[in-house]
Amino acid sequence: MEHKKYNSINKSVRKKDAMQLLLGKPVYTKDLVPENALVVKLLRSPHANAIVNSIDTKVAKLVPNVVDIYTWEDVPNNRFTNAGQTYPEASPYDRLIIDRHVRFVGDVVAIVAAENEKAAIKALKLIKVDYEVLEPVLDFRTAKDNKILVHPEDNWLAPCEVGGTNKRNLVASEQSEYGDVEGVLADCDIVLDRTYHTKAFNQAMMETFRTYTSYDRYGRLHVISSTQIVFHVRRILSHALGIPKNMIRVEKPRIGGGFGAKQTAVSEVYPAFVTMKTGRPAMIVFTREESQIAGSPRHEMEVRVKLGANKDGKIRVLDLYTLSNSGAYGEHGPTTVGLSGHKSIPMYTGSLEAHRFNFDVVYTNTMAAGAYRGYGATQGIFALETTVNELAETLDMDPTVIREMNMLKEGMVMPAYYNEIASACALDKCLAHCKEMFDWDNKYPVRDMGNGKVRCAGIGMAMQGSCISNLDVGSATVKLNDDGTYNLMIGAADMGTGCDTILAQMVAECMDCSVDDVTVFGADTDASPYDSGSYASSTTYITGKAVEKACTDLKKSMCSIAAGLMDCSEDEVVFEKGILKRINTDQAVTIAEVGVKSQLNNSIITQASASHSSPVSPPPYMVGMVEIELDKLTGEVTILDFMSVVDCGIPINPALARIQAEGGIVQGIGHTLFENVTFDATGRMVESSLMQYRLPTRLDMGNLKVEFEHSFEPTGPFGAKSIGEIVINTPAPAIAHAIYRATGVWHRELPITPEQIAMGK
Amino acid sequence: MDITLTLNGKKITDQIDPDLTLFDFLRNHNCYSVKCGCETSNCGLCTVFFDDTPILSCSMLAARANGHTITTLEGLQDEASEFVGFIADQGADQCGFCNPGFVMNTIALLRENPDPSDDEIRQFLSGNLCRCSGYDGQLRGIRAFLDSRNSK
Amino acid sequence: MITFQKYVKAETLEEAYTLNQVKNNKILGGMLWLRLGTPTYNTVIDISGLGLESIEENDEQFKIGAMVTLRDLEKNTSLNKYTNNAIKDALKDIIGTQFRNLATIGGSIWGRFGFSDVLTVFLALDSYVELYKGGIVSLADFVNMKYDNDILMNVIVKKKLCKCVYDSVRIQRTDFPVLTCAASLIDGKYKITVGARPGKACLFGDDKNILSNGITNESASLFAKELESLVVTSSNNRGSAEYRSRLVNVLVERNLIKLGGLM
Repeated sequence: MEHKKYNSINKSVRKKDAMQLLLGKPVYTKDLVPENALVVKLLRSPHANAIVNSIDTKVAKLVPNVVDIYTWEDVPNNRFTNAGQTYPEASPYDRLIIDRHVRFVGDVVAIVAAENEKAAIKALKLIKVDYEVLEPVLDFRTAKDNKILVHPEDNWLAPCEVGGTNKRNLVASEQSEYGDVEGVLADCDIVLDRTYHTKAFNQAMMETFRTYTSYDRYGRLHVISSTQIVFHVRRILSHALGIPKNMIRVEKPRIGGGFGAKQTAVSEVYPAFVTMKTGRPAMIVFTREESQIAGSPRHEMEVRVKLGANKDGKIRVLDLYTLSNSGAYGEHGPTTVGLSGHKSIPMYTGSLEAHRFNFDVVYTNTMAAGAYRGYGATQGIFALETTVNELAETLDMDPTVIREMNMLKEGMVMPAYYNEIASACALDKCLAHCKEMFDWDNKYPVRDMGNGKVRCAGIGMAMQGSCISNLDVGSATVKLNDDGTYNLMIGAADMGTGCDTILAQMVAECMDCSVDDVTVFGADTDASPYDSGSYASSTTYITGKAVEKACTDLKKSMCSIAAGLMDCSEDEVVFEKGILKRINTDQAVTIAEVGVKSQLNNSIITQASASHSSPVSPPPYMVGMVEIELDKLTGEVTILDFMSVVDCGIPINPALARIQAEGGIVQGIGHTLFENVTFDATGRMVESSLMQYRLPTRLDMGNLKVEFEHSFEPTGPFGAKSIGEIVINTPAPAIAHAIYRATGVWHRELPITPEQIAMGK
Repeated sequence: MDITLTLNGKKITDQIDPDLTLFDFLRNHNCYSVKCGCETSNCGLCTVFFDDTPILSCSMLAARANGHTITTLEGLQDEASEFVGFIADQGADQCGFCNPGFVMNTIALLRENPDPSDDEIRQFLSGNLCRCSGYDGQLRGIRAFLDSRNSK
Repeated sequence: MITFQKYVKAETLEEAYTLNQVKNNKILGGMLWLRLGTPTYNTVIDISGLGLESIEENDEQFKIGAMVTLRDLEKNTSLNKYTNNAIKDALKDIIGTQFRNLATIGGSIWGRFGFSDVLTVFLALDSYVELYKGGIVSLADFVNMKYDNDILMNVIVKKKLCKCVYDSVRIQRTDFPVLTCAASLIDGKYKITVGARPGKACLFGDDKNILSNGITNESASLFAKELESLVVTSSNNRGSAEYRSRLVNVLVERNLIKLGGLM
């Protein structure tokens, strides 16, 4: 679509930190830790469910350079959640810093503080623990109302009513229905009833969880952590440690990737506890194994889809039931599950007469899940999109045509999405665009390449949100300097995605200056304005709008100062092309002059702060198409091309938006074809290293092509919506579809490995 | 034990534990560009040059570097600066945590093969994991650098 | 994290050998396998610097020092020409360049690892190992020898009239293989090896003369079926025995067809 010409918006500006990162400068948590910091290591449970009868640390404490060892007896008995969510959290308070009852292989049994890593590791080996080993609940299908309770404790607490109770292993449960689901199902020509299973995929960001803590010059706890959520971390630590919030400062340096993993306070509490106990700086760096087995991965889900349609391809009713595995603790359990229905069903608003969405979220004795890019939508979309593809194949219809018939279009009210109106929706254009770019009509037919190999194509469609509506708060402070440049202070967390730069582009656009004239600072609970943090795809959409508001206010102050300089009234001053002019005259002052004046005999603040929250969460949309070559004899799948078209509103920085899409697609390819999470009979994770948990390399992804269809979101900054999460949602359904085209078998469990393909399992 | 080696052009002698890895040795000597992403030799983040060969510093004993020349990204700032701007233009630096290892191995590639094909680039860099970028932006950046160099 | 008390860079092979007879001492290869887990040793023995870093070629053979890296092998034009790039094909997907710059042929062959691409391809050649005390032993025999405290000095590949092909199946391109297979025709004799069963590679000849009239689509198919029934497979997290047996059939047939130039 046509939109306004911008100076700094919709421009591929280099990330502000790019050269520092590319030249290897010391900007990450571990690079900032002083040499005298204590090394913190955790003793982890080898059992999936056990009670610590006794724990003997005497010998371990004798290891030279071991400073102290803490066990369940040493920590407060306040249950809390590590979930980085707005208070009161939807996630249950079910954790202690160290619990006598250990609930998964990897749960924390003791904290060791030592002068160096060698001593800490040696001490770990010398701690003697006597466990009363209990039978675990490992299969999430058997968890609800199982006689074994993962959380039998009496002080379990759900701060929000989400339908859960620890007495039934239930983290959350909900039913919702619109229209007469049973009636419409009974009236349909065809009903598909299918069940899908996705695993607890790990974010596997390159920088594992890590935190450094010390006391600052005021005797407050200073936390430097690789986190997406500085303000939530402050609250979580206050709660867990039992100290006032104002005695804690949390800041984040550069972050080596997050993808949602660092929306949970996975590592912060341990060194914080050590610093509190010893008064000394302390650091924890999770090993890759710890990140794999005790991080905060995707929720394993089983999604049952009942789809009712007419013979002509009209999709009339959708009925989803999602069973979600929250693992040993409930972080993000009640919320992720919602997206499996709320971010899938609305895509078929065009034709739906009725829908139902029920879910249960259960505890098991496996690692706790958390937030991972896509946040439940990924699982629901795999299930629903695969069912729609099956409907198309069953009816012998082109799957792009069946979507054109049924899809959501701009202006429609979405009953399955809180009755929001699709105010900016180019999903139909994404489909048409992708179809042409991909050459769908020629690639969709199965082509025999000889020697057991065939080529074919598949499709998936996706949506996501742009924030948590009526909840997320984003804030920005913009300050004028005496050289005419600006500082932007934020509490959102750039984790590599480039939000510092994107928000600076917005300042530059508002203030009519160069992006280079905007310096960004974030995020620090002492200095940043409040922000819920970088998650839920919200930073561009929510914090961006706060930036816009703050700039408007700052301009007003600047106009007041300029009016004084030009000896006129404020109404006569206009902000134009980076200078302040007096209308109908030649009089003008520069921004720098206003900046200088602001520091001399001045009572007008040249700094503005604004917060923003949104009553809606406008979905971005995406269509992905994949061409694969499949070896029918070995089952190997080679991705040839993955092409996609995204509607994220107006992309603020097209290069960064494109990289988001490409990165998300490659993660999605990994989840679909080889990343796996399995447990042995005792609950020990098999894929506990990058040797076993296989990430996609550049040899596994084929050629990517990402293009954009612009819509203009009226509630977003400069028409923008989000892009961070949606991009991970299309590979699974598209690839599963292509595999069906090649083999005639629908694979409904991820990952789909060569063995499953070759053996038709 | 004592070792003497040349690190980024400077000869240094140090007393070390025999089982110290080269990775830990380098971090101890302020080469903070060298990162660790796994403990199983899978990620490529810790890539440095042993003499002129790119290796995984996490999987090499510091003791074995005795008498050799070790180079980290700290020592190759100029050579890196020639092309990393092209990666930045793609936005492919992303979180940056894999960048030093990726940049080091790209330097090794371009020294060995100054005009590689896309497939040769993918093959040579396959041991450099990146979870953010999806790799294509890195490839476009290298390609843009080569095109720019070739057109000069 | 590997821990040990002492690092000795051996001055002579005799010194290395003597040290290696002491309990809880260990020879260092590329250290990639050794560093996994949390092993503790008294002394590790470095045998780099003993002249085992080069590939020597004459009219009769290639002599490959134990400390030659996988990347050296991959880049050796002559060796790859001799094997129709089968060696390169076997090595190119092992983790990455930097890994292969460390991993040594000595470490790979000595380990006799089940997953080894290296073992699979060398076993299909006319290969020998030269042990410090044990002398020259054919690789086929060495594979089944017990682990002892000898030192592998060289891998020797005899030059014959040779044609060789290699293939593997991997769930992810740079992962451990689910199955490996090499096939060769050396001085008129067929050698077919199958590895990552997941047990270590095993070697088969054309004992039933199925291929004696040359490779045809039919004989290749028959031979593949024969091996499917002969090769013992089992299950691990990368594949079931059943799937692996199927892959034996597919890869053997494909390799034979490639070897016979029928593609």
